Amino acid sequence: MTGHTISRNRYFLIFAALIVLLVLTIFMAYVDLGPFNVIVAITIAIIKATLVILYFMHVRYSSRVTWVFVSAGFFWLLIMFTLTMSDIATRFTF
Amino acid sequence: MDNEQLTHETRSFVAHQFDDLEQQKEAGTLGMWAFLATEILFFGGMFMAYLVYRFSYPQVFAAASQYMDVVLGGVNTGVLLVSSLTMALAVHAAQEGNRKQIITFLIITMIFGAIFLVIKGVEYHHKFVEHLVPGYNFQYEGAEPGKSEIYFILYFVMTGFHALHLIIGIVVLTVIAIMTARGRFTKEYYTPVEISGLYWHFIDIVWIFLYPLLYLIHVHK
Amino acid sequence: MSTSGSENHTNYLNDGYGVKSWLLTTDHKRIAILYMISITLFFMIGGFFALVIRLTLLSPNGTLVSADTYNKMFTMHGVTMIFFFLIPSIPAVLGNFLVPMMIGARDLAFPKLNLLSWYIYVLGGIFTLSAMVLGGVDTGWTFYTPLSSGYSHTNVVPTVIGVFIVGFSSILTGLNFIVTIHKMRAPGLTWFRLPLFIWAHYATSVIQVLGTPVIAVTLALVGFERITGVGIFDPNIGGDPILFQHLFWFYSHPAVYIMVLPSMGIVSEVVTCFSQRKLFGYRQMAFASMAIAVFGFLVWGHHMFVSGQSVYAGMAFSALSFLVAIPSAVKVFNWTATLYKGTIRFNTPMLYAFGFIGLFTIGGLTGIVLATLPVDVHVHDTYFVIAHFHYIMVGGAVMGYMAGLHFWWPKITGKLYPEGLAKFSALTLFVGFNLTFFPQFILGYLGMPRRYHIYPPEFQVLNVLSTAGASILGLGYIIPFFYFMWSLRKGKVAGNNPWNAKGLEWLTTSPPPTFNFDKTPVVTEEAYAYPEEDLVGG
Ligand SMILES: [Cu+2]
Repeated sequence: MTGHTISRNRYFLIFAALIVLLVLTIFMAYVDLGPFNVIVAITIAIIKATLVILYFMHVRYSSRVTWVFVSAGFFWLLIMFTLTMSDIATRFTF
Repeated sequence: MDNEQLTHETRSFVAHQFDDLEQQKEAGTLGMWAFLATEILFFGGMFMAYLVYRFSYPQVFAAASQYMDVVLGGVNTGVLLVSSLTMALAVHAAQEGNRKQIITFLIITMIFGAIFLVIKGVEYHHKFVEHLVPGYNFQYEGAEPGKSEIYFILYFVMTGFHALHLIIGIVVLTVIAIMTARGRFTKEYYTPVEISGLYWHFIDIVWIFLYPLLYLIHVHK
Repeated sequence: MSTSGSENHTNYLNDGYGVKSWLLTTDHKRIAILYMISITLFFMIGGFFALVIRLTLLSPNGTLVSADTYNKMFTMHGVTMIFFFLIPSIPAVLGNFLVPMMIGARDLAFPKLNLLSWYIYVLGGIFTLSAMVLGGVDTGWTFYTPLSSGYSHTNVVPTVIGVFIVGFSSILTGLNFIVTIHKMRAPGLTWFRLPLFIWAHYATSVIQVLGTPVIAVTLALVGFERITGVGIFDPNIGGDPILFQHLFWFYSHPAVYIMVLPSMGIVSEVVTCFSQRKLFGYRQMAFASMAIAVFGFLVWGHHMFVSGQSVYAGMAFSALSFLVAIPSAVKVFNWTATLYKGTIRFNTPMLYAFGFIGLFTIGGLTGIVLATLPVDVHVHDTYFVIAHFHYIMVGGAVMGYMAGLHFWWPKITGKLYPEGLAKFSALTLFVGFNLTFFPQFILGYLGMPRRYHIYPPEFQVLNVLSTAGASILGLGYIIPFFYFMWSLRKGKVAGNNPWNAKGLEWLTTSPPPTFNFDKTPVVTEEAYAYPEEDLVGG
C-alpha cells in the first residue's frame, strides 16, 4: 500500500485529465444527442471517478483486498439499481 | 508484548492490539475502504431514488433542472477537483516525510473545500430567493409542480448530505493537520493522513456524479 | 495458560472494578458484556410488548387494549426485538467476545471504535425508548410510507432517528470484524482453518457494512418527509411509496441473515464439539455462509408481491428467492452428516443446536412456500408469515444465541451453569416455542391476518394455544436468566476447556486475561481437528 509512490507529475497529469473531462462533459451537455446525452454524461463521470480511484486513491497500486472492497461497494449498488428497476421499468398497466 | 527488535521510536506508534506497524497500517487502510463501501451504499440509496424518478418523469426533471446554475456547479466541480489534487499532494508529502508540505497542502485542501461550501451556499440562497425550497417556500411556475418538487427534494437531500460529508472532511483534515504539526507522523507511519485522503477523494467522487445528474440534464435547448 | 481455572489469575473481569473501568473500557470482552446487558434489557422490553399482544389475542374481541394501543404494541415489539435485540445479539455479544479470541488476537482491530459502537447503540436506544415513553409508535416495524411519513399521529421521528443511529453501531461492528478477520489472524491461521463461527461473522459483517447504510438513508428520508411535510415517497406529489419498500427491504431481508448467519456459526461449533467430529464439508459450509450473504441481497422483492410491484419483478424475485434455499440446505445437511456416527453428548448447547436445526428447517421450508408468488398471494400478511419468521428469528437466531451463551458461558465467566436445570429449560423453551408458533401457521393458512387486535371467534382455540405456549416460552427464558445470575456466584469453576472443545479460545484461561493469550498462539491444524480414529473403525 505504501511501497509505491506516484511521482508528483503523475498527479498533475491526472488532474489535467480530470479538468479536460469536466470541460468535455459540460460541452457535450450542450450538444443535443437525444437519449445519448445521459449515457455520455454518465460515461464521462465513471471515467473521472475511475481516475480518482486508481491514482489519487492509489488503488492501482493497492492489494487485491482493496480491489475487492471497492468492487463490492459498486457491485452491491448495481444489484440495488438493477433489481429495483426490474420493477419500475416493467410496471405496465393493462 | 513482542517485537522487541523494533526500535522504541517505531514501537510508540503501534497500538497494543497490533503486532507491528505494517499490520496497523494495513488495518487502518482496509478499515477506511470498508467504511467507504458503506458510504457508497449510503449515497446509493439516494441515487436509487433519483434513478427511479428520473426514469419515471424524464421531462419534469429536464424542465426542473433548468433552474440549476450550470456555471456555479461547474466551477464547484473544478474546485473539488483541485482540492483532490492538493489532498493527493499532501499524502505525497507525507510519503516523503515533509511535515511542512503536508500542513500546507492540507490547508489548501480545506480552503478549497470551504470555497465549495460557500458557492453551494450561494446556490442555496438563489433557490431560497426563487421560492424553490421544498417544504419551506416552494412555488413552482412550470408544469407538474408536484413532480418537480421531488426533483428539488432530491437536489437538496443529495447535495445536503454531500455538503455535510464535506464539513466532516474539513474537521477531519483539521485534526490531521494538528496531528502533523505535533509530529505524530513520519515517513514510516502516516496512515491517518492517507486514509483521511481516501475519505476526501470519495467526497469528490460523489460530486463527480452529482454534477452531471443534477445540473446537466437538459442544458441544450 | 498458567493457573488453570483458578480464581486468582488476573483476567479481564478483575482487571479494574470501578464503573469507569467498564464504561471507558476498550477491551472487546468487556464491551461484549456491556452489550449483553443492554440487549437483555431490550429483550425484556420487547418481551413485555409480546406479552401484551398474546394476552390481547386471548379473546376474539380484543378486550385488553384498544386497537390503537395494539398497533403500538406490535410495532414496538418488532422495533425493539429486531433493531435492538436480534441484530446486535450474537455479533455484538458473542462475536465481540470471541472473534479476536478465536483468531488468536489481543483485541479487535479498532478497540475504540468498538466502544464507540456501544455508545451509539445506547444513544439510538435512548431515542427509541423515549419515543415509546412519549406514547409509542404505530407504523409497524416496517415503517411503510405514506403511513409513517404522513398519516401516523405517533412518535415516528424519534423512533426512526433511534433506528438510524443504531444502524451505525451495527456498521461499526461489522467493519471492525472484517478488518480484524483480514488482518489479525494468528500465525498459521489461514482462511480455511478458520472456525465457521468466524466465517459466519465475516459474512454477517459484509451484510452489515453494505446493507445498513441503505436503511439509514431511507429512514432519514422518511424523517425529513415527516418534519418538512414534503418528501420523495409522498404519492400526492407523484412520489412512489413502493420505492420506500424497495429500499427498506434491500436491507431488511438481508438483515434476517445478520440474525441467523451467526447462529449457524454457533451451531457449527457446538455440533462438532458435542459429537467430537470434524465438520462434514468444511469448505462448503464456509462458501455457503458467503453465498447466503450475497444471495440474500437478490431476493427482497418477495416481501412486495402484493404491494403493487410489477408482476415481472415479482416473478424474478420469486425465482431468485429459491436460490437462498440451496446454501441453507447445504448447511442443514452438513450438520446432520457431521452427527453421523459421532459420540454425541446431549449437553445444553447441543440441545439448543438441535432445536436450531429443526426449527430453522421448518422456518426455511415455509420460507420457500412464502417465496412462491402465487401461494404468497393467499397467505400474505397472515399469521403464516408471522409463524414463518418467528421460526427463523426465534427458533433459529435466538436458539443459536442460547446455544452459544451456554457453550461459552464457562469461558466468559469462568463458571459452569447448572446442567440439569439448563437442560430442563431448553426443553421448556422448545416446547413453548412450538406451542406458540405452530398454531400460527394454521391460523395464517386459515386466513387470520396479522396486525389486528380482533379476530373471528372460530380462531380462538388456536390463539389460546398460542398464548399458552407463549407463557411456557417465557418461562424458558426466565429460568436461564436466573441460573446464569446464580452461577456467577455459586457456579462450579469451569476450567479452561470444560467441553473438550477445539478452537483457540479454549486454550486460554477462563475467564481470559485482558489480552486474551499470554503468548500469541500458533495454529498448525484445521478447525475441528477432533481425533476420529477410534470412530472410523466402529
Ligand atoms: Cu425476506
